[in-house]
Amino acid sequence: MASNEFAVEMQDVVKQFVTPEGGILAAVNHVTMQIKENEFFSLLGPSGCGKTTSLRMIAGFELPTDGKILIHGKEMSQVPAFQRPVNTVFQQYALFPHMTVEQNIGFGLEMKGVSRAERIKRVGEALEMVRLPGMELRRPKQLSGGQQQRIALARALVNKPEVLLLDEPLGALDLKLRKEMQLELKTLQREVGITFIYVTHDQEEALTMSDRIAVMSKGIALQVDIPEAIYERPATKFVADFIGETNFLDGVVKGQNGTTVEIDLVGTGIVYVESSRKFTNGQQVTVAVRPEKLRLNNPDDKDNNLKGHVEEVIYIGTDTHYGVRFAGGHKARIREQNVTLAQKTLAKTGDEVTMSFTHTSPRILTE
Amino acid sequence: MLKFFRGKSNWQLFGLLSPGALWILLFFNLPILIVLFISFVERGRAGGIKIPPVYTLDNYSQLFNACVSEFAGAACDPFLYIGIFGNSVRIGLIVTLWCILLGYPLSYFIAKQKPAWRDALMILVIIPFWTNFLVRTYALKQVLAAEGLLNSFLMGIGIISQPLDLLFNEFAVVVGLIYGYLPFAVLPMYASIEKFDHTLMEAAADLGASPRRAFWRVMLPMTMPGVFAALVLVFVPVVGAFITPDIMGGGKVEMIGTLINRQFGVARNWPFGSAMSLMLMLLVLIGVIAYFRSSTEETRRAM
Repeated sequence: MASNEFAVEMQDVVKQFVTPEGGILAAVNHVTMQIKENEFFSLLGPSGCGKTTSLRMIAGFELPTDGKILIHGKEMSQVPAFQRPVNTVFQQYALFPHMTVEQNIGFGLEMKGVSRAERIKRVGEALEMVRLPGMELRRPKQLSGGQQQRIALARALVNKPEVLLLDEPLGALDLKLRKEMQLELKTLQREVGITFIYVTHDQEEALTMSDRIAVMSKGIALQVDIPEAIYERPATKFVADFIGETNFLDGVVKGQNGTTVEIDLVGTGIVYVESSRKFTNGQQVTVAVRPEKLRLNNPDDKDNNLKGHVEEVIYIGTDTHYGVRFAGGHKARIREQNVTLAQKTLAKTGDEVTMSFTHTSPRILTE
Repeated sequence: MLKFFRGKSNWQLFGLLSPGALWILLFFNLPILIVLFISFVERGRAGGIKIPPVYTLDNYSQLFNACVSEFAGAACDPFLYIGIFGNSVRIGLIVTLWCILLGYPLSYFIAKQKPAWRDALMILVIIPFWTNFLVRTYALKQVLAAEGLLNSFLMGIGIISQPLDLLFNEFAVVVGLIYGYLPFAVLPMYASIEKFDHTLMEAAADLGASPRRAFWRVMLPMTMPGVFAALVLVFVPVVGAFITPDIMGGGKVEMIGTLINRQFGVARNWPFGSAMSLMLMLLVLIGVIAYFRSSTEETRRAM
């Protein structure tokens, strides 16, 4: 293994496809990212954002139109898929239907020329690892979706790859099994100490499992960071919107005093937001604030207080959601946790209310 | 049985199935019984059978020992007919092998095209079926003839100075049969390859298999049902073929089909022709049964 701290590097990678209409589509558009050794790294984004294409380029199923991919410092453009030190867990598992579980899991070892006795031993161990011992002689068809998923995982991990690539491996499972497998995958990743690159469109899944997440949209990596940062400090409107729920309040910068920015939510009111960035007066900005960071009818002089009318009240058990509309046309959703047993709703539809938030809870977004 | 006719829908089913069943009964099963009967009686002097029939096993023993015949001369070869059977099977295997070797890459190529192209190319494969088989065979004969297209072309560009003997030999028969039966090999193999999930090739590559090994270990085993179907669809008719060996072989290449044809024609030996027909059926039947015995559940379903 090369003495490189990065397991995988994408350097200004571009992948263009010719569309059926004859146009050119950049599925991946100048993506640069570094994936660290032993990291659980997720590529997160909606379908068509380029996450699967990125993964396929790392696996070697697609070649970049431009840019470089390095695995442990070694440039991969001349290395075909079958010689790369990575293994993939496919979305639909892609188990060989004409082979037994043992032959499936042993396939990679067989290709490497591992002896039959050694293969049988390691296949057994791999089955133990995914908690399906004794399944050697079954055929993929005889297994449930969850079992097939584990076999696909065992088939990849038994080869002890430098990097494991997972393409929405839990997509076909039902919700309960998904949740179980999420935790199991995370535990497994810590145990085997292999770099995982995990493609998903499920933001909750990415937040639960990842050490770091790359949020992608339209072929561009918008933000690469730890889950907390992605959630608390989204870089763009898209990231803020895609990860969890966010209220966007459009406004104009009126002034800046040190780190405090004064923003006019035109027609609704003036708010103050802490930011280390520099803004110019008159600049169009968006104040992004999470619903759980908003307070209803709990005004405090130190906070931003905005008056509006309740448009809807939705009770969802643990929380109650309030939709509030403001004079300037701004809308916000407030989430109040139902802390006490007999929590009365704080407001009814049509009530005039005050919405408050601290200066530090929003983010100012410009793109 | 009576219970079956109580339901109205069962009557409808009976009505729908009867014409087909009757057709097969009258024009397929009954003739086979007649052929079976004829194979066990003596021939008539001027063709047909001796009336009243005289039962005999000679037609079958003649097959295994040609010298049993009343016309056998001193230099007769007892294994004449067995040899022709063997020759037919050999030609059948050669043609089948070539049809699979040529048809598999072609099927793969077509299956890899975009859907619209795929249909167009498959139509090109099927189009020859719209032309009479006899016409096609005669056309091919013109291509291979001494003054035919191929020889003229090769002489024209100076590769050869004398025309090659391409016609009236086994080569011509094999070429003619491959030409005639290639589509029968392409159709089932195309169906298999088209269904094949190409992700499995990526999975194989991902696990370290070179394209060659991935083909042998994953793609070929998984498309084997199509190859087997091609094998049966080509081998069975080719072993019994008579038009192609007749035209392309010019009477110099003897196969079971031409032999049987002759018994019902110039030789006027219906009983011997019948016996050979039944032996050919038996041979093919044994082959097909052996195939079904050896094939897996999956390959059988693909048939």
